[in-house]
Amino acid sequence: MSDEPAAFASMSRKVPFEIALGAAILAAWVILAIGAPVFAGADPNAIDLLAILQPPSLNHPFGTDHLGRDVFARVVFGARIDVWMGVAGVLPPLVIGVTVGLFSGYFGGLLDTVMMRLVDITVAFPFFILVIAIVGMLGPGLGNYFIALALVAWVSYARLIRAEVVVLKNAEYIQAARALGYHPLYIVLRHVLPNAISPIVVYAMSDAVLVILAGASLGFLGLGAQPPTAEWGVMIADGQPYVIDAWWICFFPGLAAVTLGLGFLLVSDGLAHALKVTS
Amino acid sequence: MSRLSVIGQRLLHLIPVLIGISVISFLLVKLSPGDPIRMLLGDRATEEAVSMVRERYGLDRPLLEQYLVYIGNLLQGDLGRSIRYRLPVGELILDFLPRTLFLVLYVMCLSVPATVLLAIAAARNQGGWIDQSIRVLSVCGMTIPVFWLAVMLSRFFGVELGWFPVSGYGETFIEHLHHLFLPAVSTAVWLVPLLVRNLRAAILEQMEADYVTASRSKGLPEGYIFRRHIFLNSVLPTLHLLGVMVAFLIGSSVVVEIVYAVPGLGALMISSVIGRDYYVVQGLTLVYALGTVLVTLTVDVISTLVDPRVKL
Repeated sequence: MSDEPAAFASMSRKVPFEIALGAAILAAWVILAIGAPVFAGADPNAIDLLAILQPPSLNHPFGTDHLGRDVFARVVFGARIDVWMGVAGVLPPLVIGVTVGLFSGYFGGLLDTVMMRLVDITVAFPFFILVIAIVGMLGPGLGNYFIALALVAWVSYARLIRAEVVVLKNAEYIQAARALGYHPLYIVLRHVLPNAISPIVVYAMSDAVLVILAGASLGFLGLGAQPPTAEWGVMIADGQPYVIDAWWICFFPGLAAVTLGLGFLLVSDGLAHALKVTS
Repeated sequence: MSRLSVIGQRLLHLIPVLIGISVISFLLVKLSPGDPIRMLLGDRATEEAVSMVRERYGLDRPLLEQYLVYIGNLLQGDLGRSIRYRLPVGELILDFLPRTLFLVLYVMCLSVPATVLLAIAAARNQGGWIDQSIRVLSVCGMTIPVFWLAVMLSRFFGVELGWFPVSGYGETFIEHLHHLFLPAVSTAVWLVPLLVRNLRAAILEQMEADYVTASRSKGLPEGYIFRRHIFLNSVLPTLHLLGVMVAFLIGSSVVVEIVYAVPGLGALMISSVIGRDYYVVQGLTLVYALGTVLVTLTVDVISTLVDPRVKL
């Protein structure tokens, strides 16, 4: 142990707790989502009008909603949608943004100018407003939310990786690769990308929180996942009229969202420390 | 370069952004599958009426020409008409604007002092229990869905304790403050952690700067160094972030307005989206973007005035 490099030793001692906790939370949610039919213990959409608005009990750990549906089962099944949002909402913008930022940063010129102007224009719009406007025009639904994200959210990734690439492309080893006559595409993918990717990974994790919260907000506003789908935002909207007598309908889906977000944020924070990424 | 020319350059940079914003908001309506003119006039409209309006908005011409007509109308302050309210969109927005403006300013007034206090407390006790608990709380704050917090707060403080009204906007200034307290707090709980993290990091960075060591070696008191040097140098990055955050603030004000039934721009936005009132959505998106641009511009100008080293 003692002859390990100092940086490595501090990493194995301090950082992993944050990442481990975050990863454990994420893993738990993924397992819950995949095994929802096993863990839920009830049909999330089974209406039971004889058992409406029941407080949490042994039978219904999170109580029942205004249609007698089991809130626990709905939270567990909701994880399928909300965890999925964190993946399907983050990956397309990430791929688009990284591709754009990588090439426009490395090659510069007209492509760079045009792309960065496009970035400037897109960030001039408040993120959530532009997403709502696009979803509103295309029509409510989760699919259109993902389309809106792909149109809007790529700019953060493009900006982030471009800033790295602009510095990297003058690094000695990149110059050496160029002098050796490697194909530019090979240099970009093999040498620039791996060295510029850490901030992207860190940002993607915190972006997932944003995407899930925005997606749940859309569900709450009636523009995202559509009822009777068990989605946390939709459930909170469903429960709002009954919140005075039956707080549990709103409370538990929100708590679920908080813990899922916490998982992503802990991993993001831990990685930022471990990879020495600032901001 | 003088400060004026820095600001002048910044203004020049604005022109392509403004053009871009108008293009995007113009294209927005093109995304919709339905015919907005049909919706504007209703089912019973005659063909002549439809084509007349189509001509008025230039919708029978090529896309580029349509855009020029749109820009022409914009420059004359014509944002189109609302289907549901039967009013010009511009008028409608001006009607709903004050409540949202009030809410946003309210959130800022709550957030900024809280941020400064918490960030200083955390940075001065770096690694201590105050720092740790502020860190844990701020991580939680960032993952709480604003609309959920709004619903829960309205239930507890609004209904259970009855301290605050749970909907509406009130008549007088004091009533506004009372009505919008819970909405503002719900939003601030999410905003403050982001700002605290940023300011804390900036303060810690400045604490290690050479000029701090220099001031210490001159024998200046710690408190003086902190107030006069460290803090002032740390504020700029956070001021910048605050500018960026206003855009997010506007976004989260939408859900909060819905939960607390505050008749502001956000509530108008959602009801227009659901009612397929295309031109209101388009006009609002444009106005939101212009507002954001204005805020970022103001922050940039203030940064230049405060710190001559800033290059925009």
